[in-house]
Amino acid sequence: MDLATALAIAESSMRLAAPLLLACLAGLYSERAGIFDIGLEGKMLGAAFGAGAVAAVTGSAWIGLAAGMAVSTVLALIHGLASITFRGNQIISGVAINFLASGLTALIGQNWFGMGGQTPQLFGDQRFLAVELPLAGALRDVPVIGFLYSDFLSGFTVLVYVALLAVPLTWWVLFRTRFGLRLRAVGENPGAVDTAGISVVRLRYQAVIITGLLCGIAGAYLATGMAAGFIRDMTAGKGFIALAALIFAKWRPWPALWACLLFGFLEAIGIRYQGVTIPNVGTVPVQLMQALPYILTVVILAGFVGRAIPPRAGGKPYVKER
Amino acid sequence: MKWTAANGPRRAGAAVLGLALTAGAANADEINPAVIYDLGGKFDRSFNQASHTGAERFREETGIAYRDFELQSDAQREQALRRFAEQGHNPVIVTGFAYGSAMEEIAPDFPDTNFVIIDMVVDLPNVRSVVFNEHEGSYLVGVLGAMASETGTLGFVGGMDIPLIRKFACGYVQGVMATNPDATVLQNMTGTTGAAWNDPVRGGELARAQIDQGADVIYHAAGGTGVGVLQAAADADVYGIGVDSNQNYMHPGNVLTSMLKRVDVAVYDAMMDVKEGEWTTGVVVLGLAEDGVGWALDEHNEDLITAEMREAVEEAERRIIAGEIEVHDYTTDGTCPVQ
Repeated sequence: MDLATALAIAESSMRLAAPLLLACLAGLYSERAGIFDIGLEGKMLGAAFGAGAVAAVTGSAWIGLAAGMAVSTVLALIHGLASITFRGNQIISGVAINFLASGLTALIGQNWFGMGGQTPQLFGDQRFLAVELPLAGALRDVPVIGFLYSDFLSGFTVLVYVALLAVPLTWWVLFRTRFGLRLRAVGENPGAVDTAGISVVRLRYQAVIITGLLCGIAGAYLATGMAAGFIRDMTAGKGFIALAALIFAKWRPWPALWACLLFGFLEAIGIRYQGVTIPNVGTVPVQLMQALPYILTVVILAGFVGRAIPPRAGGKPYVKER
Repeated sequence: MKWTAANGPRRAGAAVLGLALTAGAANADEINPAVIYDLGGKFDRSFNQASHTGAERFREETGIAYRDFELQSDAQREQALRRFAEQGHNPVIVTGFAYGSAMEEIAPDFPDTNFVIIDMVVDLPNVRSVVFNEHEGSYLVGVLGAMASETGTLGFVGGMDIPLIRKFACGYVQGVMATNPDATVLQNMTGTTGAAWNDPVRGGELARAQIDQGADVIYHAAGGTGVGVLQAAADADVYGIGVDSNQNYMHPGNVLTSMLKRVDVAVYDAMMDVKEGEWTTGVVVLGLAEDGVGWALDEHNEDLITAEMREAVEEAERRIIAGEIEVHDYTTDGTCPVQ
């Protein structure tokens, strides 16, 4: 494999990993605070629709992004209301969010644009286009650094960089701030947090709102960064892969980055190496290459992840003692 | 038949309702069309949208309304077909090879209803099967693509990996190779399930992967997935080639041409034939000679097609119709002579 091919695969992995990473970090905030979130998929889908529709109407990808984040946050608050305030089952609430998003986006889309649940195709400023990082041109001739920076790291859409920057930010928030300490505590032992005079309900709502915002960016990236418009059920299971990555990463931000890059890489490989001919073996069937990411996912999750222990209070509604 | 017992009462019921049934049979000549699209949805800007266009044209010209239905899942095929037939629609038109088995189930139960299936042959007395010579149309866009390509590397992105889509690919490769024997054609399929017709993100990634490998002309036969393919081609400033509907307008200057498959004509004709009482059943093959397939030239791509290209493609067209060029049909033997 030559350098150009490796570079192309690395770039493809990065593009495919970015929405997973955003959704994975979104789930991390929520689950670290003790709210299981199976509705990442639905929130992304809602956001993708919001972003696609509003970008098409207003002509601005940024307003679309804001709309996507708003839609996703509203869905997150519904999940929060059901699982925090009303102490419902978090899994059921999450599944409901997924169904709600899948049905509502198609319905509203059909009524709004009359295009079978799609949004109009986006052009130019309605999308997030690839950006050159500053100094990319100047550094191109520097050995190694120039290659890594100008050829690899430069030239993604701005939301990919947002996804990458969200990793250290999440690490810093969770492990270096008072808010992060409390957030982790509320997922492990909400009773102790309550005893310290901090509102469990308030903290958990803050966590689900952050989840909503991050899922919103992920969804907007799908509709206005990767594709050019919203299409029915366009998330295609990415929210669930993000959940798998979250478990694989054992609810920690840096491992989440590697897990998502790995899943992105597997998908990129699956896309690129179908129909290639391996000497002495013959042509690899398309089906095998497309199943490969999933096979490897099972192998990795079953064989290499070790014991993944979720936050101890996860999934349990907090009931204050009376 | 396992359910003879269940059929018994229904037959008896049919006898009792003989009068009503004759009334129903009289309705069979009456026009009350219905269309059921495949999974891509009627606004896939491609195959299904072509059917929609045909139905719309019929409605505009005759003022006769039609019903249509978009599938949400594979399981709904039989249901939808049966429901439209039960409601007395005539003709009932389904678009897509995947309706084959559902049609074989349902059509015998409604002998007075006229059915149309597109892209698949169902041998029943009340079914008209419309198939297209996609390999001929694909050959033509292959000729154009090979002449437009500067790198000598071309791409093909298919939707679901089925013989029909291989037929597109094979015709295309034959056209490319006949024009430039040194060319390479990269071929990718999006998936192996119905979801492959509606995954533009994956389509875009596939196209990017091909562009990275040097492709500068990419032909798609992937329904809604192709929107992503054409988008990726436009983003990278190379050429895409549309399919089924005329997709030249989607990215003017970056869509070299579109392989037209006149599904709209097939749908329109079926409705019109019932209306005019000229209904026939059996297999209808629409190829280049019948204007069933072709390539699109309009104001969006006229600057991209040079006089030389036009000459070459028209020559190929003439020779295919005259039988001087035999474009191999993948579905006849499951192989393609060139890669």
